[in-house]
Amino acid sequence: MLTIEHIQKNYEGKPLLKDVSFQVDEDETVCLLGPSGSGKSTLLRIIAGLEDAEGGEVAWNGVSLADIPAHQRQFGLMFQDYALFPHRNVAENIAFGLRMQNRSQEQIRREVQKALQTINMADFANRKVTELSGGEQQRVALARALAPEPRLLMLDEPLGALDRTLREQLSRELRRILHQTKVPAIYVTHDQEEAFAIADRLLLLHDGVILQSGKPQEIYYHPHNRWVAEFFGLGNLVPGEVIGHTPLKVNTALGHIQPACEGKTPDLGQKVSLLFRPTQACQSQADCPNQVTGRVMDRVFQGENYLVSLHIHDQLPPFTVNLPDPPALGNELTVSYQPEDVLCLRNGA
Amino acid sequence: MNMKSILLIWRQKPTLRAIVFWLLPAAFLGFFFYQPLLVLFNLLISPRWGFNLAELDLNRIWKPLWFTTGQAALSTLLTMLIGLPGAWLFARFTFPGKRALKMLTTLPFILPTVVVAAGFNALLGPRGWVNLGLMSMFNLSSPPIQFLNTFGAILTAHVFYNTTIIIRVVSNAWAQQNIRLQHAAKVLGATPWQTFREVTLPLLRPSILASVLLVFLFNFTSFGVVLMLGGPQFATLEVEIYTQALHLLNLPVASVLSILQLICTLLITITHNKLAGQQSMVITPRSQVLGTRRPKKGFERFVVILLVITLFSLLISPLAALALRSVVKLEPSRGERGEISQGLTLQFYRELGVNRRDSLFYVPPIAAARNSFIFALITILITISLGLLVAYGLQQPSHINKILDPLLMLPLGASAITLGLGFVIVFNRPPFSNISFPVLLPIAHSLVALPFIVRTLTPALGSIPRSLRNAARALGASPLRTWREVDLPLLSPAIIVSTIFALTISLGEFGASTFLAKPAYPTLPVAIYRYISQPGAMNYGQALAMSTLLMLVCASGIFIIERIQSDDKE
Repeated sequence: MLTIEHIQKNYEGKPLLKDVSFQVDEDETVCLLGPSGSGKSTLLRIIAGLEDAEGGEVAWNGVSLADIPAHQRQFGLMFQDYALFPHRNVAENIAFGLRMQNRSQEQIRREVQKALQTINMADFANRKVTELSGGEQQRVALARALAPEPRLLMLDEPLGALDRTLREQLSRELRRILHQTKVPAIYVTHDQEEAFAIADRLLLLHDGVILQSGKPQEIYYHPHNRWVAEFFGLGNLVPGEVIGHTPLKVNTALGHIQPACEGKTPDLGQKVSLLFRPTQACQSQADCPNQVTGRVMDRVFQGENYLVSLHIHDQLPPFTVNLPDPPALGNELTVSYQPEDVLCLRNGA
Repeated sequence: MNMKSILLIWRQKPTLRAIVFWLLPAAFLGFFFYQPLLVLFNLLISPRWGFNLAELDLNRIWKPLWFTTGQAALSTLLTMLIGLPGAWLFARFTFPGKRALKMLTTLPFILPTVVVAAGFNALLGPRGWVNLGLMSMFNLSSPPIQFLNTFGAILTAHVFYNTTIIIRVVSNAWAQQNIRLQHAAKVLGATPWQTFREVTLPLLRPSILASVLLVFLFNFTSFGVVLMLGGPQFATLEVEIYTQALHLLNLPVASVLSILQLICTLLITITHNKLAGQQSMVITPRSQVLGTRRPKKGFERFVVILLVITLFSLLISPLAALALRSVVKLEPSRGERGEISQGLTLQFYRELGVNRRDSLFYVPPIAAARNSFIFALITILITISLGLLVAYGLQQPSHINKILDPLLMLPLGASAITLGLGFVIVFNRPPFSNISFPVLLPIAHSLVALPFIVRTLTPALGSIPRSLRNAARALGASPLRTWREVDLPLLSPAIIVSTIFALTISLGEFGASTFLAKPAYPTLPVAIYRYISQPGAMNYGQALAMSTLLMLVCASGIFIIERIQSDDKE
């Protein structure tokens, strides 16, 4: 079990990681999700022992790793650019970690063969890595990281350099291989779909701390604050101010809205943001307290329904809703939201 | 302090790492380059020599300076006249023999000056092909063409040497120009000529200027060519330093000239580096590059054929003349009377191992070759180890590199003659006096070669992604093992190229060697210089035989380098 406690790291004089703590359990795949520049890769290098933190501790099964250099930690690391050794062929790349463990020739040969089969590249043993396609390189990098049977595998944006269709296909394959090998893994990405596909648990890294952690659906349905909802693109975010309790009432550019709230109820006068998910808009119902009215600016056919953009207010970005039938362009349209479908979110942490 | 805390400090202090890597190279440069340089300066103000700067006959300074500048400018101009069309040829066209010609253009980079001088001697000298041919054709008693010891000879050799620099630098920049810029100009209504003048030429200007300055610098510091083809009456700064120091034993005047020369070359080098920096900025943002095509019929085809023939004959004729002349006997040896059997012979090569004169100072040429190879071996060892240290030092993200890097490159601006002169003045006393003197030769060669080696190793090291080392570390390789498994194999092509550079530079180095090679330990170039000026067919033939061998070694060296570099690109 990996435990990370209070990791701190500055980058060019500015704090990059302020206070990062989390843990990774046995056969759990954890996704470390965050925007570019949030320090995800740096955190991985610190865990791998390739870089030193300025504070905090990395421990394995309760034992600090501070005195263990990178090559003795037995943590696998798969790099964003794959970092395949260009002077070695596919089999030699996969064999590298095994050689470092001084395994016998015979054993290395067998393990490499097995690894090649796992990634469906049995015929590629003697190919130059420089001749491989992006997806093939990615699989070889995975096989190389897994071959020495690390006690923890870290993957740094492993699908980042690939195109979309390949990414979807490979993320399924990655999921299969990770579950098959049962190795605990930390998977770094900035792509939420990839994170949802791979992760047992998500860790959201923002502004130097783990902002939220939990199962993908937990985070999706219960974002911690405005930033999380924005990062995941959960829907329309409308700023407002709390003007009443029981029921909770928020004054916004859309009028007075009654939202639902999780956890501590915000104080009167507090600035908040309201999340309106496009899929939860209903055709207008008179008895519903929350009505949103705007002019239809655009409607895009999306297969199952239409994505409709409403112009409500010059100061608000277009308000989007999913509707089964396309309204006429330029018409006024009113949709309603049940109070439990509007989420009141704090603006700060 | 335990191992762990030492390692931690090592990891966190890039400047400390840089200092550790630089320690040995800096000590080497300080002792063997900057110390002699300081002594040269000191010579001018120290009363020990009874020398007064104010009493110096300024004519002795101005005359060589003017001549050096003038010949360099004229040589550069002539070089441009062939080189720029050559660059156009390589950048724009495909033609039969392009690969061969491209291979040939790399030769002058690495051919020792004595070999080139010997080549032109074998072609146009009094005992060369052209003169002997004309003599036998028209029954003349003396050579009709006076080529040796003329100003024209110097210019010709300089053009031979430097045309390929222009071709390489400019054609590269030309070929890498973004084709869309030209398309844009054409679509906007520019004629081909306007496109060239408004788009192509301005973008080429930095690389043209940079190559012109480089050529000027080489012409300015040229020594072997001037000495061997021009003779003593054409005194460039280099030749004058040599004459003043070795023949007139006037060390103070030689020092003044050296320092003057150093200042000039420094100015040229600094300007060149500025321009070369700009050049890469223009080249980098490229996407789709200009393609090459076959020349169109008519005028264009005529010009291309003319250019190809000109370049081939310029590059091949002196070298072919040299190689052929070394296996053909055309005149009587010294003491040989009457009819001689003319024809193909390997006699000159067989004689290389024989000491005809049986005198103490005349060693057989084969001994010179042996000396040269030993010196080259030591040079390789010194430069590769120092070069690797410097490359790793430069790799560290530390400010001290900004100071140390230029200090390392200064020997590039200092001429080999200055180096030799400095060595003679500083180290010609115990513990370096006579007997250990040969040790200084490989050290001087190392100083000449080191900037090239560093310029080869540093980019190679920089191009190894850090993630490869991290990958090896994460896969369980210790730091030392990581170096052996990742750095070393990835650096090995650059190390081979550096080894060849060190080898050829040391084998061919002439300037410093004339100062430092004692009569009992001549190097190949020194022996060639000595033999080629002796009367008699045997001496001449042996000089050409040695030159040919040297040429073959260097040519195979550049061939290997080209192979490695083209492998790299794939």
